[in-house]
Amino acid sequence: MEEVGTISGYRRNDGGVGIRNHVLVMPTVSCVNGVVNRISREVPESICVTHGHGCGRGGLRDLEILFRVLTGMIRNPNVGAVVLIGLGCEVSNVRALAPQLEGIGKPVTILNVQDDGGSLRTAEKGILAARGYLKELASARREPIAWEDLLVSIECGGSDAMSGVTANVAIGAVSDWLVDREATVMFGENTEMIGTVHVLARRASSPEVAARITEMVDRAEKLNRETMGELAALVISPGNMDGGMSTIAEKSMGCIVKGGTSAINEVVDYGAAPTRKGLVLQDGPGYDADSMAGFAAGGSQLMLFSTGRGTPAGFPTVPVIKVASNSRLYTAMEDDMDINAGDLVEGRSLDSLKDEMIDLMARVINGEPTKPEANGMGVFTFMTVHPPF
Amino acid sequence: MRDNVMIIDGRDNVGVALRDLTAGEKALCSGVEGLVVTDAIPASHKVALRDIAEGEEIIKYGEVVGVSAQEIRCGAWVHTHNLESERWKK
Repeated sequence: MEEVGTISGYRRNDGGVGIRNHVLVMPTVSCVNGVVNRISREVPESICVTHGHGCGRGGLRDLEILFRVLTGMIRNPNVGAVVLIGLGCEVSNVRALAPQLEGIGKPVTILNVQDDGGSLRTAEKGILAARGYLKELASARREPIAWEDLLVSIECGGSDAMSGVTANVAIGAVSDWLVDREATVMFGENTEMIGTVHVLARRASSPEVAARITEMVDRAEKLNRETMGELAALVISPGNMDGGMSTIAEKSMGCIVKGGTSAINEVVDYGAAPTRKGLVLQDGPGYDADSMAGFAAGGSQLMLFSTGRGTPAGFPTVPVIKVASNSRLYTAMEDDMDINAGDLVEGRSLDSLKDEMIDLMARVINGEPTKPEANGMGVFTFMTVHPPF
Repeated sequence: MRDNVMIIDGRDNVGVALRDLTAGEKALCSGVEGLVVTDAIPASHKVALRDIAEGEEIIKYGEVVGVSAQEIRCGAWVHTHNLESERWKK
C-alpha cells in the first residue's frame, strides 16, 4: 500500500500529538480508588482509572517506576486534561509528583482527600472538574498529523502456536511500514527475548545499543532462573512444544518477529519515553498488562496487540487494535477482535492483510474506536519489583 | 487449492504446517515444488523443505532456531526428536 488517507490528531502545547482527547481521572494511591469510582459513575465520558499502588513500597527502583508511570499517564498525549485524586500522606503524594509535571502544558486539577473534605466532597469537586474539562475539550479541533508524530507500541498476550506464524508476522510487516514512514515503533517483554539476544544485538544501530540489549536479556534470563528455579525451563513449556516450538530461540523469534526487521535504535527503561525514531525496545516485563502501562507512560498513542488464546484487554487512554492469530478465536471472540490474521491460513496474502491493518490504523487514529475501546476493556496496572512492607 | 505450508522467510529450511498434514500428502506452498510430506505433522509444526545434514542449522524466521541432531530428509517432521537447542547444547 503506497497511500493511505490523511490522519489527524490533537497538537499539545509540549509538542506532543494525541489521537484521542481524553479527560483522565486517576488516583495517586489505591486508598482513594473509591473516589475515582464515584466520579466514574457520574462522569462516564471521562477515563477513570484505578490502581493498586502509590504507597507501602520504599525501594528506590519501585519509587522510580511509580513516579514515572503516574506522571507518564498524565503526560500521555492522548490525554487533554487531568483530575488527579490524592490522599495526602502517601508516598506518591501530589507535592512529590508536582515537580515532574512542570511544563506539562495541559490543565490538571489536583485534589487531596485529606485537605478537600473527605471522600464524598472530594468526589463532588472531582465531578465538577471532570465535567468542566469535558466541556472545554469538546471544542478542540483535530488537525492533520504525520505518521512520524506517532509512537506505536506492539504487544502480545494469550499467545498460541499460530501467534508467531500469522499475527506477529503481519504486525512485523506493519512495523516495517511504520518505520519507513519515520514513525517510532516500540516493543518490549524482555522475558520473551531470551534465546534471541544474538539476533537483536546484531540489529542494534550502535555497539552501545547492542550492549544494552545483551545486558537486558541476560538479566531477564537470570531473574527468570532465580525466580522460577527448576521451573525456569518452562519458559518453553510443554504446551509450547505441543504447538510445534522446539527451542526457546524459536519461541522467542515468534515473539520478536512482531517488531519487523528494522534496526533497533534505542533501549528505553520501563515507562520512559523514547528519544529516537524508528524501532526501539522497552526494558519491561512480559506480563502484557504491565507492559502496556509502560508503553503508555512512555507516550505511546496507539498499540497493536496480537493474541491466540484470546484476551479482550485494552488500555484506558490508548486505542489497542486486537489481532487474532487464528480464525477459531476470531469467530469465538468476534466482539473483542479487530483483525483476523488467521486469514493467512485460509489463503489470504500477507500484503492484503497488511493493507487492511494499515487502513484500520488510519481510521482508529482518526477516531474510530477499537473493540477494546468500544467495549470499555481498558486495563491499568503496572510493574513493581519489591514486595510491599 | 489452498496452501497447507507457510514459509515465513526466504532463507528458511523449514516450513510451518498450516493444518494437520498426513504422510504422503503433497505440500502446497508458493516457492515449493514437488515436496511430499513423509510424516504426520500437526498444525503449526515444522516440515523440512530440503535435506538437512546432521549438525546443520535449522533456519526459521531467517534465523537459527536450532541444530539438527541427525540427518533430516526433505518432507520430514522437524521437532525435538531430531533437533537440538544450540543454546543449551553447550
